[in-house]
Amino acid sequence: MDVTSTNERRETENEDWVACIALIRDDRDEQAFARLFAHFAPRVKGFLMRSGSDTTQAEECTQEVMATLWQKAHLFDPTRATAATWIFTIARNRKIDALRRQKRPEPEDLPWGHEPEPDQADVLVLQQESHQLGEAIAALPDKQRVLIEKAYFGDLSHSEIADQTGLPLGTIKSRIRLALDRLRHEMK
Amino acid sequence: MTDTANTIKHHVTDALLMAYSAGTLPEAFSLTIAAHVSMCDDCRARLGAFDTVGGALIEQGAAEDVASDSLAATMALIRAGGPKERPTPKPRPRVDGLPGPLQDYIGGGLDKVRWRHVGMGVKQAILPTSRDATARLLFIPAGAAVPDHGHGGTELTLVLQGAFVDEVDHFGPGDLEVANEDLDHTPIADIGADCICLAATDAPLRFRSMIPRLAQPFLRI
Repeated sequence: MDVTSTNERRETENEDWVACIALIRDDRDEQAFARLFAHFAPRVKGFLMRSGSDTTQAEECTQEVMATLWQKAHLFDPTRATAATWIFTIARNRKIDALRRQKRPEPEDLPWGHEPEPDQADVLVLQQESHQLGEAIAALPDKQRVLIEKAYFGDLSHSEIADQTGLPLGTIKSRIRLALDRLRHEMK
Repeated sequence: MTDTANTIKHHVTDALLMAYSAGTLPEAFSLTIAAHVSMCDDCRARLGAFDTVGGALIEQGAAEDVASDSLAATMALIRAGGPKERPTPKPRPRVDGLPGPLQDYIGGGLDKVRWRHVGMGVKQAILPTSRDATARLLFIPAGAAVPDHGHGGTELTLVLQGAFVDEVDHFGPGDLEVANEDLDHTPIADIGADCICLAATDAPLRFRSMIPRLAQPFLRI
């Protein structure tokens, strides 16, 4: 399969996740939830196990992560994160609570705008740029990718992480920054 | 918009932001970064980029089979009210210029801080965090200096009010200085106003003169 059609397929898939979360938020749609669950629950479990959970604990945490997704569907902002990114943050928080038994203070949340639906063009661009970043990570030399994985799975301390990560984060950062500026502007 | 947002010059490093995104930092460091990100939309966007990396790792990573009743068990959990959730951090007004996460640790505004004098007009208050690193509020009177010191590990200093100058630069509200073992410095509060900072360290500071060194075990600095 050539790269373009893979991209297109991924983008369609991902748009679908944004729509699924909206269906959960608006209609408590269990079928949409089942589709998300089938895709993400095994990945969340894999992430937790690579971060040091045993199978039993990873299974339990995965169910809690997915239940949190249901409960917090109204907080998902697709102009700032993909479904995968948002689920990562939920799984990370669950992992810290359950495995590290530490607290991770979070930044203040931003005030919410008045528009109930985000601009679809903004959503689409954010999803595309997130996927491009994912592809760039997949294309990194093995050694570099392993270091990044180690950082996220908790096998590197902050002083072992390089300040030059070699990750092309500029585009996605600028996109999220625009979404933040828009949100701030709407609040005025 | 936060009033400091356009004047912040000194930001979180990539390494610390990645570790904060990954959730592997000691609590005292996480608190300092959460406080800075609350004041700095640029670092909030950078943090979003690092969270996107985490999302990509979830998306690309190895999947593990979930239990055969996993979905049913999750639906049962949802119907039973769901897992115990930490409260979502809500937007709220600044009290004394303090960002929300810091208000949580102080229990309100600056009037709630239990300062202890550490000499030469400098005051500190240790905040309750896990012991793998220490978070403290520092009060430095205008024009006064924190004794010359080096660092065994990493020291993060976030300016909350006023400003300080050291061998590196001038740091104003919202600015974060990241110091490591290579830096010996003497932060001096700007003459214009008293300076209040949040400082986090993962190893004791090394003072270069005798007196603070003798006092160190008692002060926990």
